[in-house]
Amino acid sequence: MATTKHTLIALVEDKPGVLNRVASLFRRRGFNIESIAVGHSEVPHLSRMTIVVDGATTMVEQVRKQLDKVVDVVKVFDITGDAMIARELALIKVKATSSTRSEIIEIVDIFRANIVDVATDSVTIEVTGDEDKINSLFKLLRGFGIKEIARTGRIAMARGVSGSLPVEKKSPKAQAKRQKTS
Amino acid sequence: MKMTGAQMTCESLVREGVEVIFGILGGAILPLYDTLPQYPQLRHILVRHEQGAAHAADGYARATGKVGVCMATSGPGAANLVTGIANAHLDSVPIVAITGQVARPFIGKDAFQETDITGITLPITKHNYLVLDAVSLPTIIKEAFYIAKTGRPGPVLIDLPRDVQIEQAEFHYPSKVDLPGYKPTLQGHPAQIKKAAKLINEAQRPVIIAGRGVIISGGYNELKRLAETAQIPVVTTLLGISCFPESHALSYGMIGMHGMAYANLAVDAADLIIAIGMRFDDRATAKVSGFAPHAHIIHIDIDPAEIGKNVRVDVPIVGDVKAVLQELNKLITAAKRINWIRQLDEWRKEHPSIIIRDSKGLLPQFVIRKIYEETKGEAIIVTGVGQNQMWAAQHYWYDKPNTFISSGGLGTMGFGLPASIGVKVGCPDSIVWCIDGDGSFQMTIQELATIVQEKVAVKIAILRNNYLGMVRQWQELFYGKRYVATPLSCPDFVKIAEAYGFPGLRVEHKEEVVPAIQKAMDEPGPFLIDFMIEPEENVYPMVPPGAALAEVLEEPRKKAKAVKDSAKLPVSNI
Repeated sequence: MATTKHTLIALVEDKPGVLNRVASLFRRRGFNIESIAVGHSEVPHLSRMTIVVDGATTMVEQVRKQLDKVVDVVKVFDITGDAMIARELALIKVKATSSTRSEIIEIVDIFRANIVDVATDSVTIEVTGDEDKINSLFKLLRGFGIKEIARTGRIAMARGVSGSLPVEKKSPKAQAKRQKTS
Repeated sequence: MKMTGAQMTCESLVREGVEVIFGILGGAILPLYDTLPQYPQLRHILVRHEQGAAHAADGYARATGKVGVCMATSGPGAANLVTGIANAHLDSVPIVAITGQVARPFIGKDAFQETDITGITLPITKHNYLVLDAVSLPTIIKEAFYIAKTGRPGPVLIDLPRDVQIEQAEFHYPSKVDLPGYKPTLQGHPAQIKKAAKLINEAQRPVIIAGRGVIISGGYNELKRLAETAQIPVVTTLLGISCFPESHALSYGMIGMHGMAYANLAVDAADLIIAIGMRFDDRATAKVSGFAPHAHIIHIDIDPAEIGKNVRVDVPIVGDVKAVLQELNKLITAAKRINWIRQLDEWRKEHPSIIIRDSKGLLPQFVIRKIYEETKGEAIIVTGVGQNQMWAAQHYWYDKPNTFISSGGLGTMGFGLPASIGVKVGCPDSIVWCIDGDGSFQMTIQELATIVQEKVAVKIAILRNNYLGMVRQWQELFYGKRYVATPLSCPDFVKIAEAYGFPGLRVEHKEEVVPAIQKAMDEPGPFLIDFMIEPEENVYPMVPPGAALAEVLEEPRKKAKAVKDSAKLPVSNI
């Protein structure tokens, strides 16, 4: 079956065990979660998860529906097909000697990344962007010798829509009700 | 008012209308049990194994429509509930399981009798809670009952550390729940209902497949009205049995692997399937790609995740069955469909499916037919799992709503006896028969002690063939008759009953069947009959695994007539 990379956004209650509940629905179906990023949302007590999985669309849709049934999951939507802004942050620690440092700085500038730490034999670079950008930077820096890399995984947002809750198509009545409460 | 966690739990259970708790105590839940005498409204039924507690709560919930409650201690007690919880989960049964847990400072330290029961039951509960302070207990219990019984019902587990049971806190019982992530859809979407009505009104060969959702929502009359107004034949899933009177002219019995051949043929030939409160389980649909090949499908279900899960659906309607049918019925025009119904009746004549052949030995089908006759169809039948279950589904005729209680989704052998305890406790005025197989029965046989101690007057019919019969049937048909590990020795069940302290009878001949059943019915308490049936009797009709519904086998290996060419199907005169 043909698989596609899906980006799911879940708004979940900020309670113990929620990540486990969400992850286990993917585990059960043998999905490998490519990345999952969790942080606070604009609503107090709600966390926002961005989950990237590779799977057949029908299977991912089934998981999305199952996620929606989890009591602690307030809202979940698949923004794969929508116009979206997807970003990742990476910290890359690269070997740097006095002879290579200036070349590294040049590459960092081209990528509009930042050097956040300098040591005698290394520099640490902070970069944000989509996965392709980070991968390209990574490729260019590999030649200098990479000591360590930490990536956050994707966070994403649909373009142009007012808030995170009403993204999914819902009955007008439900939407009106939601707007009233928010 | 200040209370201990244990008192809060009991007080909350009382406020939720709980009358019965099935359980076994142990160290980690002792404070809660110690408080029970302060609440005489809560009847505790001591079972002999925690699996029995979960099944009894399950049977109680199915029979009464209320939430069933079971309790166990931490560790092995909680782990023993797991099968029963999984069973309730797959069959959408509202139960609340309360387990003791080691005290908070010991959690996660492999303390004595510690098990991570919320972790273990995460995929088999609708929701679960680990209570970390007494003050949140009332809210948690309120939520647990609300979640268990609303929407698509299911089991909820509350794990209660020992020290939380002792902790004192202020008791406030909330009047409503606040669950932003849980809002079941009850009303169907009007546009979808309109679309469905149009399809129904235009259909030539419609068939209703009714499932347990009809029973859960209490939509019996609405279903009947839909079927009668539009003259639509009704077939049911295994768990849909007794949602529509089986003696009704439009009833065509159960579909599926051991469904009626004519019911399966009807689904195969239909041009419209109206699936109501059912989930297209593989035992009901047989080979999915061959399921209802000529039909549009309308699917009414309260769980949006069921829509399109197994079968492509043309018109999904998410909502409560009863509420949706009420709206749908307003848009349905009266129809006759004489030719279509005549065709079904013809198939029923050609493939009677449940004719009991003449035999010298004792046939299980005959036994069940006699139980039907002697109970005048008034009993609630609780079954084990396997051949006994299929025969009970096929040969008892269910006219009264919600009178067939069985483990469908999980197929849990050993469900029968403990579930029948719950059913009888919940419906003390009903006659309750537990029809079980010798294999299934021996899995929870220890609950005989429970029925004696608690004076639960269930009547037990064991269909004994000294085999794990259903598996043996598969070995006979698909594994070259190699009966590996299916021959089964049994104790003398009558002596077992006597040893536990109640009477029983063994029946070996046909003429003894009716007197034995009558004796069981005359006995005020429990009674056991050990029916020595034909050992290698098979369940027919049967759709072989991997085959489509229309490829149903009839005894002996006669293939029913599938209709391949839809043009040859009768056109109805609406």
